[in-house]
Amino acid sequence: MLIGIPCEPREAQAIVAATPATVTALRKQGHEVLVERGAGERASCPDVAYAEAGARLADRAEVLAADLVLQVDAPATEQLDAMRRGGAVASLMAPARTPELLDALAAHGVTGLAMDAVPRLSRAQSLDVLSSMANLAGYRAVIEAAHDYGGMLAGQVTAAGTTPPATVFVVGAGVAGLAAIGAAQSLGAQVRAFDVRPEVAEQVESMGATFVSLEVEVGGGRSDGYAGELTEDAERATQELYAQEAMTADIVITTALIPGRPAPRLIDAGTVAAMRLGSVVVDLAAANGGNVEGTVADERVVTDGGVTLLGWTDLAGRMPAQASQLFGTNMVNLVTLLAADADADAGAAADVDAAADAGLPLVLDLDDQVLRAMTVAHDGEVLWPPPQVAVSAAPAPAPDRGGAAGEPAARHTPEDLVRDPRRRRAVVLTLAVLAAVGAAFAPDELRMHLTVFALAVIAGYYVISHVTHALHTPLMSVTNAISGIICVGAILQVGSSSTWVTALALVGITVASINIFGGFTVTHRMLGMFRRAES
Amino acid sequence: MTLTSAVDAAYLVAALLFLGALAGLSRHESARRGNLLGITGMALALVASVVLAVSTAERGALATLLLIAAAMSVGAVVGIWRARVVAMTGMPELVAILHSFVGVAAVLVGINTFLGEGYAGAAGVSQRIEIAAGVLIGAVTFTGSVVAWAKLSARMRSAPLVLPRRHLLNLVVVLASLAMSVWFVVTPSLPPLLVLALLALVLGAHLVASIGGGDMPVVVSMLNSYSGWAAAAAGFMLGNDLLIITGALVGSSGAILSWIMCKAMNRSFVSVIAGGFGADPVPGAGDDEEAGTHREVGAEGVAEMLRQARSVVITPGYGMAVAHAQHPVARLVERLGELGADVRFGIHPVAGRLPGHMNVLLAEARVPYDVVLGMDEINGDLASTDVVLVIGANDTVNPAAIEQPGSPIAGMPVLHVWEARDVVVFKRSMATGYAGVQNPLFFRDNTQMIFGDAKAKVEEILAALSP
Repeated sequence: MLIGIPCEPREAQAIVAATPATVTALRKQGHEVLVERGAGERASCPDVAYAEAGARLADRAEVLAADLVLQVDAPATEQLDAMRRGGAVASLMAPARTPELLDALAAHGVTGLAMDAVPRLSRAQSLDVLSSMANLAGYRAVIEAAHDYGGMLAGQVTAAGTTPPATVFVVGAGVAGLAAIGAAQSLGAQVRAFDVRPEVAEQVESMGATFVSLEVEVGGGRSDGYAGELTEDAERATQELYAQEAMTADIVITTALIPGRPAPRLIDAGTVAAMRLGSVVVDLAAANGGNVEGTVADERVVTDGGVTLLGWTDLAGRMPAQASQLFGTNMVNLVTLLAADADADAGAAADVDAAADAGLPLVLDLDDQVLRAMTVAHDGEVLWPPPQVAVSAAPAPAPDRGGAAGEPAARHTPEDLVRDPRRRRAVVLTLAVLAAVGAAFAPDELRMHLTVFALAVIAGYYVISHVTHALHTPLMSVTNAISGIICVGAILQVGSSSTWVTALALVGITVASINIFGGFTVTHRMLGMFRRAES
Repeated sequence: MTLTSAVDAAYLVAALLFLGALAGLSRHESARRGNLLGITGMALALVASVVLAVSTAERGALATLLLIAAAMSVGAVVGIWRARVVAMTGMPELVAILHSFVGVAAVLVGINTFLGEGYAGAAGVSQRIEIAAGVLIGAVTFTGSVVAWAKLSARMRSAPLVLPRRHLLNLVVVLASLAMSVWFVVTPSLPPLLVLALLALVLGAHLVASIGGGDMPVVVSMLNSYSGWAAAAAGFMLGNDLLIITGALVGSSGAILSWIMCKAMNRSFVSVIAGGFGADPVPGAGDDEEAGTHREVGAEGVAEMLRQARSVVITPGYGMAVAHAQHPVARLVERLGELGADVRFGIHPVAGRLPGHMNVLLAEARVPYDVVLGMDEINGDLASTDVVLVIGANDTVNPAAIEQPGSPIAGMPVLHVWEARDVVVFKRSMATGYAGVQNPLFFRDNTQMIFGDAKAKVEEILAALSP
């Protein structure tokens, strides 16, 4: 395949879609790479380095006529004019907000692959540029904030007095939020974080930050692993929490994004006004309208109250060399996926090159969930929006639950084991009928026991459903110990007048006691070994 | 308040304490408290039962008390002694053999109930059904657990026993047991009950014998479940709610654990208990088996690789347990941390021979539990990992599960270790894992093999890395 790397359409964009290292990777897969002169200059990738890596330097017209054009920002209409019919372009596209771009792609017969529409499946993680860029942006947000904040982030006790550590409040524990937490933590700040998804508390705490929890249950979310909008009640409660936390923080970093919608307004002007003089707010959602009232995209605003609001939208681009390397690697993974799927699709046109030479559109396996979701236009048709893809890891049975630009929480509960709800219903119904019939013919005493039995089974099911995997062995040894309760049965039989019964009961007591004492002792021993890291 | 009502009240409290114990065991923070609640509940239930037994004894009260005390202290001494000396690598064997004790007790209590009341004709039809059920489940649990114990402790070959027409055999035994049960219920007498017990003993032994060692996590948790149902059945025959509740709790807990295990292996529960994953002929094992050349590396080479690595993931398997390598592995993690690498563990849900087996071993070696991640947590990060050390794992890191639709383990979720930059596999030889499937991972370009005892090899690497 002939792959083109043009200069970015936006002057301000410092990231480039391929670096010499990723060009080498593309060459290894047997692709030819054309790089426009000067494309990587701002990312510290000079033309000669590309040439050494095996790319051919070319002028813009030739690069744009390649089979697949890789770039960071969405192409302008003029660029599409220069591309060949049947060619393809992969870039960020914000397909939900740019219907005119999708129409233009379709009109030009160019296949559009939106890198920001990659579904959050674990298989697709290797091409998720949002995730790799968010990681950088979260880190950089802390660096920018530290620059504008007039003090050290770490606390110190010196002969000249004590300085307390700065408090950093991070909203949203997605990729960007977690990266920000890590960066702020390593600079020595006290980090507090909040996310509307209570289940990410563990991730926040694993980064060393304090998770600020909300008293009320928060609903509202989506099944695709991204954030959702909140219900009214939850909205009010979180508002109060934001205000309270923001007022005591030195640095606030907001990372709440809902794909395809304006960013949720988390902090209003009143709260900003109540913040401390000299405190800094970094709004990572500034490009989409901002989480904080008063931020302006790409600008540094200082309020009357002396609060600095940073609305930088190019945070990842401020570290262009690394950002390009990560972005480029995501692109290599995309090319790998395209080639693999085309190969697998042997029946149609197995050879991508042959198809391209004949001027046919790129061979695309639209049955592949990942490619289908990314393809916004193909062969003259607009293919956005794609059919819904539910992220396997999202907690399916519970009514939706979402969060701030987050990753899906991966958990297995027995609930998702029964996949087909209809079959499940049938089984439950059958069991209920059988139980009812059985109970109806049973003597009174047995019926009572059956009731107790059924309730205990259900209680056991719910209690056990939440056990973490690491504790399965201790759980088993404890259940083992308590199933030694059968000892009670044997104890009550010892007093029988029959010698046989007494003898058998004594054997029963002995073996069951081995269970009881052994089980509890071994559990105790095991639990003594589990420990958390010192921090 | 009569004595019986006081005892019933104590039983109720004990049942609630058991429930609290299981709930406590669901999180690390409350796990110790859970165990204490369980002990308290058990103590309460035992004291109440002893009081009741002594006061209703048909022979002398003192004699009864002494007999109970003697039997119980023998059990306590043996139990505590075994539990104290068992090595953490021997945990699966211990748990398996403990299950068998519940099975024996259930059989004895069942027979006793009949001896005590059956001859007198006091036992009703429903109680006779309960006795038959208790003896049946108890006996299956007993021999099943003994066989599982023998397999786990290598006293028996862990390969599945494949008798001709084994499914038919099982069916015949089940039908014969049912016939005996009916005979017993209709004309209560000892012979059918004993024959029933004998048939169930055979059934239990055969069921587990025909399951391969690789499926032992499922088998052990399934036997855990059976031991619970056996206790519940004893509760029904004695009309004792505490036994019913506790048995039901344990039974459903074990059943859920087995279900989780099966899910982790992408296997149907029924096919595991009916026996035969490892036993089914491996399709294409002879002809289209993927083979190739593997690269070997020495301890020095691995040490050099680790010295350069920024991120390392260790995926242990049963081999680590067998080699007792958890302590050197923990020291390796510490050393790599000093060298500035980010080291984590990726644990497959069915790694080892017991659910959570690896976690217990790593905890014993004092590895902090927050660097020990589950398969789903680590899989996404493997592509950005520099070095993966596969220590004694095989089927759980087999790419064939994803890439070869015809493979017997196709569809089983696995750790995607091959996505990392470099993979080092610690193995004793090129033999296949329990599933008997060749592992294409070993022939990948980014995989290197290090042969020998995992413990010795890790220690050599440590020596090469020490300052």
